[in-house]
Amino acid sequence: MIGFATRRLIQAMIVMLVVALLAFTMFRFVGDPINQMVGIETSIEEREALRERLGLNDPIPVQFLRFVTKAAQFDFGTSYQFRVPVSELFAKRIPATLELSFTSALFALVVGIPMGIYAGLNRESAISKMFLSVSLIGISLPTFFIGILLIFLFSVTLQWLPSFGRGETVQIGSWWTTGFLTISGLKALILPSITLGLYQMTLIMRLIRAEMLEVIRTDYIKFARARGLPDRLVHFKHALKNTLVPVITITGLQLGAIIAFATITETVFNWPGMGLMFLQAVQNVDIPIMSAYLLLTAFLFVAINFIVDILYFFIDPRLRVGRP
Amino acid sequence: MPYVSNEEVKAAVEDRAGSQPAQGRIAKIFDSDLFHSFLRSKVTVAAAIGTAVLFLLSFLAPWVAPHNPFDLATISILDARVPPVWMEYSDPRFFLGTDDQGRDLLSAIFYGMRISLIVGFCSVIAAAVLGISLGLVAGYMGGRVDAVIMRIADVQLTFPAILIALLIDGIAAGIFGGIDREIFAFYILIVSLALSFWVQYARTVRGSTMVEKNKEYVQAARVIGIPSIIIMARHILPNVMGPVMVIATINLALAIVTEATLSFLGVGMPPTQPSLGTLIAIGNDFLYSGEWWIAIFPGLALALLVLNVNLLGDWLRDALNPKLR
Repeated sequence: MIGFATRRLIQAMIVMLVVALLAFTMFRFVGDPINQMVGIETSIEEREALRERLGLNDPIPVQFLRFVTKAAQFDFGTSYQFRVPVSELFAKRIPATLELSFTSALFALVVGIPMGIYAGLNRESAISKMFLSVSLIGISLPTFFIGILLIFLFSVTLQWLPSFGRGETVQIGSWWTTGFLTISGLKALILPSITLGLYQMTLIMRLIRAEMLEVIRTDYIKFARARGLPDRLVHFKHALKNTLVPVITITGLQLGAIIAFATITETVFNWPGMGLMFLQAVQNVDIPIMSAYLLLTAFLFVAINFIVDILYFFIDPRLRVGRP
Repeated sequence: MPYVSNEEVKAAVEDRAGSQPAQGRIAKIFDSDLFHSFLRSKVTVAAAIGTAVLFLLSFLAPWVAPHNPFDLATISILDARVPPVWMEYSDPRFFLGTDDQGRDLLSAIFYGMRISLIVGFCSVIAAAVLGISLGLVAGYMGGRVDAVIMRIADVQLTFPAILIALLIDGIAAGIFGGIDREIFAFYILIVSLALSFWVQYARTVRGSTMVEKNKEYVQAARVIGIPSIIIMARHILPNVMGPVMVIATINLALAIVTEATLSFLGVGMPPTQPSLGTLIAIGNDFLYSGEWWIAIFPGLALALLVLNVNLLGDWLRDALNPKLR
């Protein structure tokens, strides 16, 4: 177990180093940082002095080392556009993105799992077929278009739900703001989380359905039936438990996708999160924000993958024996 | 995907061997397993017809579209935001209404779909070429080259394609800083899509190359002194192309959606050469003022296109699945 975890940890650190190298390359070589920081009227001498002071004339490995040390302390430099430290900008935006991602993941699981179980157990019923067709359409509709359709239906036509922003937020602690505690905050969460979670919901539904169909055929289920156990027990205690292993992996990996796709949802709904800031940075070539976003999401993905691997190890006993 | 037992497969093979040999090449296609499985699935036939119609409409856009949305002489700002024909204040000239500049929406959709499809095809081809070459080299050379290429692939696989495409787009904008972005938009888009989607091809091709390179025909080619590059291109490549075609079909839909998303986010095709995503982005600004058709119709066209291509891709994957053969 410890050997397995250490190996995964080393792999994760290599990935992070590669990403850091990429972020550093972007930071250092795409456009001249000095040109971005000073105005046109700055003289060449002043530019050179600034270059020297910022250490841009040091050898590249030294600069990279400094970049990594600073990034590890959440110092990502100053945004070209806003002239504010990038870490401050992110701290303000992270709660919005995490709350949105969490709600969408919850939505995907709470709606997707029961639908999948139903479709797996009642393969031929009309409702399961409808679930499958709807899920195919859900996969074919691009995320942003789902958002537009929902806005058109529920905000513009019916005027039930707001179409932009987080609503009223409540401050918790020094920097976390939450929309969970006010009515308008909760209302504002509904449309964006459905938009963001719909794809994952259909994915989980199809996965659970396929796994259920597979498991139901196995001998131990037939045996459980033969023993005369009630259907409810067979389905939920015996069958469902064994479908959950792949679901946990996929859900874990999809958490990363949710955070990435939050960029699109945040743009459609004007949600003040990290993704919207990243997109504005891409449009304005604000490299410090872009490289910080790259590092942060990479860190999130790597951390999630690591946790999923470890979880897998606990859930599936076969892994514990088979692997060295 | 229906479960097919070994016995069924054997029976199918024997059945096929016993049937009359078909005459000519075209007859052979109509008698193939693939064609029969195609006809068996009504959904697939419908999807194929739908795809064909959409492809024809978009590639023949200059001839079938009622207007030319790029001809400044024929569009008038006075026709702006006319609703579709079945609504009040509509104009019979514009079946689906017009956008904010008075362009006929139906024609704009045909032309936009053409751009979406061209970007989709080009990026799939670029991604396939890149992925196949790297996969061939990695699989054939092995050792350190293989390790480096595959580690890069692993790292990239942790990130969703859309994020990579966005990043590359941002970097490209940074490099081409002063130069007008509109000229390069098309190429930047294709490069960023290709760099986001190559991994799948590389992994598949590497796997099959590692199997193929130990076979006798490759060893024979090596013994008579054919250079590695020619062995890879002439001898191994044709034998690893099967799965690549399936990935390419499935990726076409994905590439179209990603392109539309990038264009919608404002980093893809510019409004002067709008793809479906750009059209939706333009329409999104008018959604709140009740002019819903400008965004919704291009969106439905996009969904229809992706759905049809997806259905075809799913069928092809199931039909060509080597596990079932």
